[in-house]
Amino acid sequence: MQEAMINRAKQLLADGSVDRVIGWKRGEFVYDITPAVFTSAEELDADFVYDDFTAANVSKYLVKESKKEGKILAFLKPCDTYSFNQLIKEHRIVRENIYVIGIPGGPKLDAERIKANGITGILGAKNDNGTLIIDTVYGEEKMPYYEALSVKCLNCKSKKHVVYDELIGEDGDILDSNRFDMVEKLENMTAQERYDFWREQLSKCIRCNACRNVCPACTCEKCVFDNPDSGVENKAATDSFEENMFHIIRAFHVAGRCTDCGECSRVCPQNIPLHLLNRKFIKDINSLYGDYQAGEDTTSRAPLNDYKQDDCEASIVHERGVE
Amino acid sequence: MLKISLDKLGKLFEAISASQTLYIPTDREDGAAEYKKYESGMKLSNNLNTLRSAKDFFFPQTENLVDFKMEGKNIEVIDVREESEDFVIFGVRACDARSFTILDKVFLADPVDSYYKNRRDHGTVVTMACTRPAETCFCGTFGIDAAAPEGDAACYSDGESLFIEAHNEKGQKFIDSVASLLEEGDAAKLDEVREKTRDILKKLPLANLTTDNFGGDKLNEYFNSDKWGELSQSCLGCGTCTFVCPTCQCYDIKDFNTGHGIKRFRCWDSCMYSDFTKMAHGNPRLTQLERFRQRFMHKLVYFPANNNGEFGCVGCGRCLSKCPISMNIVKVMKALEVK
Repeated sequence: MQEAMINRAKQLLADGSVDRVIGWKRGEFVYDITPAVFTSAEELDADFVYDDFTAANVSKYLVKESKKEGKILAFLKPCDTYSFNQLIKEHRIVRENIYVIGIPGGPKLDAERIKANGITGILGAKNDNGTLIIDTVYGEEKMPYYEALSVKCLNCKSKKHVVYDELIGEDGDILDSNRFDMVEKLENMTAQERYDFWREQLSKCIRCNACRNVCPACTCEKCVFDNPDSGVENKAATDSFEENMFHIIRAFHVAGRCTDCGECSRVCPQNIPLHLLNRKFIKDINSLYGDYQAGEDTTSRAPLNDYKQDDCEASIVHERGVE
Repeated sequence: MLKISLDKLGKLFEAISASQTLYIPTDREDGAAEYKKYESGMKLSNNLNTLRSAKDFFFPQTENLVDFKMEGKNIEVIDVREESEDFVIFGVRACDARSFTILDKVFLADPVDSYYKNRRDHGTVVTMACTRPAETCFCGTFGIDAAAPEGDAACYSDGESLFIEAHNEKGQKFIDSVASLLEEGDAAKLDEVREKTRDILKKLPLANLTTDNFGGDKLNEYFNSDKWGELSQSCLGCGTCTFVCPTCQCYDIKDFNTGHGIKRFRCWDSCMYSDFTKMAHGNPRLTQLERFRQRFMHKLVYFPANNNGEFGCVGCGRCLSKCPISMNIVKVMKALEVK
């Protein structure tokens, strides 16, 4: 796949169709891959990589990149195409400055999950029929491939590309994922259990803002929390509940726009399952307003931006809140 | 050298915690290690290092500096400082132990930061030699020996026993306080353990990284390098690297209006943030390129320029593991280096 992508990118650069390519750049180890823009065949040959560890979603970078002169080739995985569409819908990226090639997606691996299994000194990793064989400084180690998957790939919602100019490989289908299982589990807890669960998780937050900064739905030019004049900007919590509120408020802000790409949980240095907050909103929107998938198209009205006479009444909050 | 059998570690922790607060690295439900206040039965983590660094003990993410209370036209200034209690941090790795030396250069230089000094004076750092360093480790680059850590006292494990050695008076006091549990051990075996670790360190992928071409006199070589654009291109501008870093020491001081008074607090700041060092005229670093450059120039050029050549990095590798886009000081050093 990687070779096919490099070859196609070189062709498009050579014939002038595009002048830049956004993809992934090889790192020091097998897993530390950085999103990068390439401008020449030499750079592509030297550093372009697409493998088990290229989990990063490059769609958000196109907010900036598509406003530059010239045309950029973007390689998008199925999940990335939903983010891309949503950004088009929100008029955040300039579609005509981007050439989209859809590529097969994950599942992708997360080195942190390998390390959590006590495996250290990682030099290489390859999948052998469901077993991940890891070459380390201390010899060969094995673990179930599934256990090393990035949290964003555990419940893949779709292998289908919702937008592309051309495809490399075959397109897939929307999957019948179990992505709401954990949300249901949380819903079935008592209020106190649920409160305790989220307090424990959200209290790990170190306010690094990685979740917000990586989120394709968070593209405000200046976030209110970065603006010293806003009165709410703070690098420290005034009390132990503030971090908790930050994440809940952010989930509200992206409700109906979050495509469930899972980048927030992938990047969280404290391993907080932030995507579960967003999935709760997605599940509620589905049940209250009918099935809706943000980023599936670029024209439909989002449920929370629309009004229908048979929309649920505000009292639903009370009815659903009764234990 | 004194030693204790590893299966008696629990007894050792009980003895320490009987007289002062003890913190040890312990595993969380997600497998990551973090320092926690010791409670009976708590197990020492097998992880190489904690997710957050040990700097939190001396330089916490937030702390109140002073309170102001307004009554009419009078402002009462309330000193909120309290004498810290004695505490022990057990199991600090060589990299984090060195980070305290670096923080000391900032906070204990004139004018002394009394908040920091208070905690530093009351804390005893008991280090633990590494035996299984990771691919992300490069403490050797900064002259740190993971097999022989600094600290007030150091521990070494040969898989059966824990050997303890004091480095100063504070460390000796610590050992004396638990002496009844310790027995005389044969230190010769330790040399074997150390050599084994040093052999592994030599084989690590970053073993050959050096600071030879960095330092206080390299401002002109690197400040205007055309590499910064490419290196910072994908930076998200989050604060992960700075907040997991054991040596990042920048902070902000702010006033919080409680409604009936003011709390002046300080909190970690990050040079990656858009309002970092914002002044009346605005922000001196307008784009992520300049913010990104600041972080690495500080560690590789400005800090050594002001601190007799000491670099502002200890090679713990946390930023290598945690940066959401996997950009880090190692990649910066390799890309920038002018030989």
